[in-house]
Amino acid sequence: MKPARFDYYLPATLEEALATLSELGSDGKVLAGGQSLVPMLNMRIAQPAALIDINGLVDLDAITCEHGALRVGAMVRQATLERSGPALGQVPLLAQALPLVGHWQTRNRGTLCGSLAHADPSAELPLLLSVLNGSVEVHSSRGVRTVAARDLFVSFFTTSLEADELIVAAYLPIAPARRRYAFNEFAQRHGDFALVSVACAVEFDEQGMLAHLTLALGGAGEVPLVVEAADALGRLLDRELIAALAERASTACDPPSDHHASAAFRRQLVRTLTGRMLTALVPQEEAAAT
Amino acid sequence: MMTHKAGEHAAIALTLDGTPVVEQAPTRMLLSDFLRQTCGKTEVHVGCEHGVCGACTVRVDGRPVRSCLMFAVQAAGHHVETVASLGTRDDLSMLQRQFHEHHALQCGFCTPGILSSAQAFLEEHPEPTEREVVEMLTGHLCRCTGYRAIIDAVLACARERKEGTS
Repeated sequence: MKPARFDYYLPATLEEALATLSELGSDGKVLAGGQSLVPMLNMRIAQPAALIDINGLVDLDAITCEHGALRVGAMVRQATLERSGPALGQVPLLAQALPLVGHWQTRNRGTLCGSLAHADPSAELPLLLSVLNGSVEVHSSRGVRTVAARDLFVSFFTTSLEADELIVAAYLPIAPARRRYAFNEFAQRHGDFALVSVACAVEFDEQGMLAHLTLALGGAGEVPLVVEAADALGRLLDRELIAALAERASTACDPPSDHHASAAFRRQLVRTLTGRMLTALVPQEEAAAT
Repeated sequence: MMTHKAGEHAAIALTLDGTPVVEQAPTRMLLSDFLRQTCGKTEVHVGCEHGVCGACTVRVDGRPVRSCLMFAVQAAGHHVETVASLGTRDDLSMLQRQFHEHHALQCGFCTPGILSSAQAFLEEHPEPTEREVVEMLTGHLCRCTGYRAIIDAVLACARERKEGTS
């Protein structure tokens, strides 16, 4: 339970960090909050030749608003986001998702961008980025690019980042005035990895019909899965539509079977949680009428 | 840029329980092992070593963190407080006294971590609900008490702190 030896780099600037990453290639691993990486090092699941500790890059510890999105730097701790009133106001789904991430104590170190780079399919924050249709700003010595959530997550613990690239910030779109969000998960104990999680963003027009719906699932496949729901737009979110969407979600996903739960049980959880979550979002007047 | 090759020792200067400390440690040394083996702070308990049990929790710059999920070299320049910063055997802190009075510990293995978390928690939540105390405690495993007495002790400490300030 002790990490294997590694070379340790503590860059003082982003340029130094990127040059080091570029030089080391796949031998180098970035250390931010360490709440996922260090357990893997301790158990020697990961034995990188070198760690590049970005905790010295104070410029990356900033939350700002840019281009209609909340820009969260790579060294912003989950606990900092959780305590930031403006951030929670602009991206209200954060207030629902963050308390489910690990524990209060691990959120004091863990970062949003680190969780995205780790790409655990059962983690909350990749699902949050996916349902919000957010993106990440990726730097390397070769340049800067923006990668949308749908292009970032490739497979279990695998992103589309190259070995020399670093996520410098995540962009979470600021909530439009009428948009509402929900995040729901089933875990065996609070703070455990969820067996499955579901999240959605909805908006209703003046007539109470669906004007926007994004439905996404976590822990139900290799990557967060966005469920196709365009055909629901313009319709009333009634019991029939909710049942159809819950059914679609449960058949669209491809959850794993392990000693915690079978794939069939996870599918059932997806169906139940999706149904519950959508039911809770039905505008009150319609709920009373049906 | 500071660089250390594998196996090299780094000089680590930090403030430990209010006292400046300078020690050497290999970069792969966990903060938990550094505190126990190098600094002699054996009140830092090491349980699971992958961030689940909470026994090794200490405060870094006031915030409770898992010392098994940080490298000692990362604590350089920071303030680290173990449970030793709270009180002594002869002069228990308010929180420690409430743990004593409520029988909130039995074997004591999880206790230093829980006290470290609960101290920071009470500073941030002066009037916590029981639900909030339970949420904080989900980050700690205790196999003796069933948690009830720990929850009562933390809530009693919050009440006592409030009475002390009003």
